[in-house]
Amino acid sequence: MKYTQGKYRILKKSAIAKEMYSFVIECPEVAAIAQPGQFVHIRVDGFTLRRPVSICEINAEKGTLRIVFEIRGEGTAVMARLNEGDLIDMLAPLGHGFTVDPEYKRVVLIGGGIGTPPMLPLAGIYGEKASVITGFRSANAVILQEDFKNTGAETILCTDDGTLGIHGFVTQPFEELAKSGGIDAVYACGPMPMLKNIARIAAENGIHCEISLEERMACGIGACLGCACRTKKNDEEYFAHVCKEGPVFNAEEVLW
Amino acid sequence: MADLSVNVCGIDFKNPIIPASGVFGYGREYEELFPLSKLGGIATKGTTLHRRNGNLAPRIAETPSGMLNSVGLQNPGIDHFIDVELPNLLTKDTVILANFAGSTVEECVEAAEKLDQTDVHMLELNISCPNVKQGGAAFGTSCEMAAEVTSQVRKATSKPLVVKLSPNVTSIADIAKAVEAAGADAVSLINTLLGMRIDINTGRPILRNNVGGMSGPAVFPIAVRMVWQVANAVKIPVIGMGGVSSGKDAIELMMAGASAVQVGAAIFTDPYAPIKIIDEMNEFLDSKGISSVKEIIGTVKPW
Repeated sequence: MKYTQGKYRILKKSAIAKEMYSFVIECPEVAAIAQPGQFVHIRVDGFTLRRPVSICEINAEKGTLRIVFEIRGEGTAVMARLNEGDLIDMLAPLGHGFTVDPEYKRVVLIGGGIGTPPMLPLAGIYGEKASVITGFRSANAVILQEDFKNTGAETILCTDDGTLGIHGFVTQPFEELAKSGGIDAVYACGPMPMLKNIARIAAENGIHCEISLEERMACGIGACLGCACRTKKNDEEYFAHVCKEGPVFNAEEVLW
Repeated sequence: MADLSVNVCGIDFKNPIIPASGVFGYGREYEELFPLSKLGGIATKGTTLHRRNGNLAPRIAETPSGMLNSVGLQNPGIDHFIDVELPNLLTKDTVILANFAGSTVEECVEAAEKLDQTDVHMLELNISCPNVKQGGAAFGTSCEMAAEVTSQVRKATSKPLVVKLSPNVTSIADIAKAVEAAGADAVSLINTLLGMRIDINTGRPILRNNVGGMSGPAVFPIAVRMVWQVANAVKIPVIGMGGVSSGKDAIELMMAGASAVQVGAAIFTDPYAPIKIIDEMNEFLDSKGISSVKEIIGTVKPW
């Protein structure tokens, strides 16, 4: 089985920042096969299109997944009204996730805003080998810092307005780490300008770079070709699809 | 258990439900969820003579009870379809409708000639894609052009030829009559309605193509009206589509005159929609004591 559709129970709901929610969902068959970087596609009552949400924690033993999402519009606002004990309709797990290499000695994980949650499963795997750089608009938007610390990873926090952590963007501490050497890979998810800069810094310093992209999506499984992303394949321009060939891409393949 | 089988242009369908072109790819992704043999048929992703990249993203926007798309016929080209996808689809025990389009009449003819050499069951000529600048909808919005491309493609194939019509016209019944006279064996309708959304925070259209085709439950009443008008205007079978999301919708479209029903955007909401629609049609017919779905085709009693 690659993916399945079903209604799953929300075991735990928490509000973790302004308009940001966390659900722990009981879905053993999904948790058994989900990989870091994959996403779930959630049906919201009253809406034609499902909402793609990245996976924030995978617990195969307990048979649970955790997702973290932000209220961005009407659909996510309806999602946020679901409560513990309610059922959530998911098509999952979807997409091509991050490549994990146990040989890597040092990796950097970078999350910008709502791009932060998919970094947590990687931090869980790499633990002390990972430096996690996260960036947010402001102190009241900061999420998941304790969760990252609990993995044993080093954490570096940035805010755009300087209300918490380093005053500035995630690219600055990343560039310093990249130049200091010894980094095997960088994984990132966040706004396109951030990803573009990270990809550039990684390329300049010879670091393997994987990025998770976002695009407006319909089917979620690669049939409708809605979520196109310009990439190069065999030196030719090729429109890949974020839902199936992504959301994680090797940064070298992406045409910005 | 009612008899759900229908016959369109001499081709037997085990039931009237067909995932519409563009929502279902070549079936591979949905086969992970259910056997394709449960479907009446599959209308494959629109194929063109040569590979097309399609339009830039964003290609998808949500609308009240529906959506817009501006994919722009991204596809790997007809040779790939015939060599790789079609042989796989023909093993699935369901009717395959090869949807194809072209920028010129010659391209449509060449694609039809290639498909004619295969074992595909039916051809669905798309003269109504709203998302490509040349050809596509340009063929479908004038009776003369629609008739010209249909008659040329007709000469290129002896397979059942379905022509898929655009709703973005003054009189869809006139276009249907024109393609019927030009040799079409059936018509399918409606393709998407041209629509637009704007992000009021940025002032930019949500779709990178500015405009796109609207589908989903919001367009269903338009589909019912157009299927009814076309069914009254032509003698060839009508394959209905447009916002169908339940068995009751499918029954309604058949009462309006459709001999079979395609399902599009509903699959994005619920990937099992085609299967559920088949089950719901069966339940409805049983509850009314109707033994065959064929008995309801075109039975609307207009005032």
